[in-house]
Amino acid sequence: MNPEPGNGKASATARRQFLFDAARLACGVGLLGAGLALYAKQSRALPPLAIRPPGALKEDEFLGACIRCGLCVRDCPYDILSLALPEEPVATGTPYFVARQKPCEMCEDIPCVKACPTGALNHRLKDIGKAKMGLAVLVDQENCLNFLGLRCDICYRVCPVLDRAITLEQRLNPRTGKHALFIPVVHSEACTGCGKCEKACPLEVAAIKVYPLDIAKGEPGKHYRLGWVEQQKAGKSLVAPDTPHQYNLPEGMRYESGKGLSPSDAPPAGTPPGAAADRPRALQGGKL
Amino acid sequence: MSRGIGAQALATKGWLKSHQWLLARRASQLGILALFLLGPLAGVWIVKGNLTFSYTLNMLPLTDPFVLAQSLLARHWPETKALIGAGIVLAFYALVGGRVFCSWVCPMNPVSDAAAWLRERLGIRGGAHVSREARYWLLALALLLAAASGTLAWELVNPVSLLHRGLIFGLGATWALVLAIFLFDLFVMKDGWCGHLCPMGAFYSLVGKFSLLRVRATRRAACDDCLDCYVVCPEAQVIRPALKGVDGAGPTILSGHCSNCGRCIEVCAKDVFEFGLRRPLAAAPAQPRVPRVSPAAGKSL
Repeated sequence: MNPEPGNGKASATARRQFLFDAARLACGVGLLGAGLALYAKQSRALPPLAIRPPGALKEDEFLGACIRCGLCVRDCPYDILSLALPEEPVATGTPYFVARQKPCEMCEDIPCVKACPTGALNHRLKDIGKAKMGLAVLVDQENCLNFLGLRCDICYRVCPVLDRAITLEQRLNPRTGKHALFIPVVHSEACTGCGKCEKACPLEVAAIKVYPLDIAKGEPGKHYRLGWVEQQKAGKSLVAPDTPHQYNLPEGMRYESGKGLSPSDAPPAGTPPGAAADRPRALQGGKL
Repeated sequence: MSRGIGAQALATKGWLKSHQWLLARRASQLGILALFLLGPLAGVWIVKGNLTFSYTLNMLPLTDPFVLAQSLLARHWPETKALIGAGIVLAFYALVGGRVFCSWVCPMNPVSDAAAWLRERLGIRGGAHVSREARYWLLALALLLAAASGTLAWELVNPVSLLHRGLIFGLGATWALVLAIFLFDLFVMKDGWCGHLCPMGAFYSLVGKFSLLRVRATRRAACDDCLDCYVVCPEAQVIRPALKGVDGAGPTILSGHCSNCGRCIEVCAKDVFEFGLRRPLAAAPAQPRVPRVSPAAGKSL
């Protein structure tokens, strides 16, 4: 604002008008922004049936990286990918496929990833066998024909990672008591999420389905360690050799690491005579 | 003087001469769209993709820098291909004028032009008033949302990319958004979307702030104040300084909002305007001849 000399009143009105206009704009844009932010938040949720192309970054990162150009769609030789329309529940313009309609054919040269100009489909994926588009889950164990004792096995047979992503585990058929069940078991480290099993499932609605990883997988707490894994990593037990167990042992018994329980003839080694009497009752051994 | 807009130019120059740039723009818009459609419709893959990123003849990448800016703010570093594409596009528009994108390429331009034309025909006046600066607020909003959400939030609703992608990959419900903007421009606000709100236009106006190719009111002395150029110009405020020499301004239209559409050139019976180059390092403006207009007077244009 450039107040002109000699008309202070006019410039005050203009200034006021300017402030009003600015406030009005800020409100309008703020309102729009709030709406858009809510919409954007909603469209982060990928519906379970929409599977991203191979090499797609984690959904959160993908939505910031994919510029929705559709080159992956164009370079897919099997034409399985489509860009989400505004009315579809996938972030508008982003690529996805529905396994039950057209599963990924797992091209060895991965043309969709090569075509991506931004790396939303990660160019470090060179081996399609390492793709993690999703994870097959045998959702319906009540209607799966193999669970019913039949030898359908179709999901097992069509799997491109044959005998590694899906294996058949034998179990006794409790219904007949003498036959076997061949239970399809999916192994997440080998499954690429291509969706061939879901496509091929002969049921009216597939019993085995491919879900995005964050839906299909559980995750233990970050602090959680598996003792046997840690032991293997370290090459030895990470637990300090037991000090003599003194808690809740049967009367007159003692425990030694590696030997188990034994009658307590002598006081445990290392305990100075008389020390036991000073301890709280709970630590004196024997039942409480 | 005849009442119709451009009637004088039509009488003196003939239909073709008084519509040449309009025809050229429609040819450019349709031609670009045709190039994109040739692949999916006829299987001739000269250009793949859409306006956010395209790959021509498997060698020329072109990236929309506005979308890429959002992606960068969402903290994703793209592959080199996308960066090179954005560099080429930025360099091109920095030379020929940022908003050349708006009037020569953007698929929303025919929609908004149609609304403006019909509005004129039906004699619809008035409507909401929103400052033309609103687009910068929306630009800030789009960039802010990208940074805050880590996603391309604006691209969920950006009518420009939605429409272009829709025309090539399947329209879906995009038509409803485009129709809404058409009706908004027709009934609520003249040049509402392209001239007041579109953040992409705001972005490109900044890109072309110092561009070389400009419309110049070279023969402004011949202006007979018929106002036809103001009526056809979707950014009418850019004309006055150059045409009337406000504050001693030279004859070159310097605003980043001029989209070099050329309508003022062809609609002028006196041939006041022409395309030209910005005079490099123009001399400091001479003494003001016309006093600076007050903001209120500026708005009425």
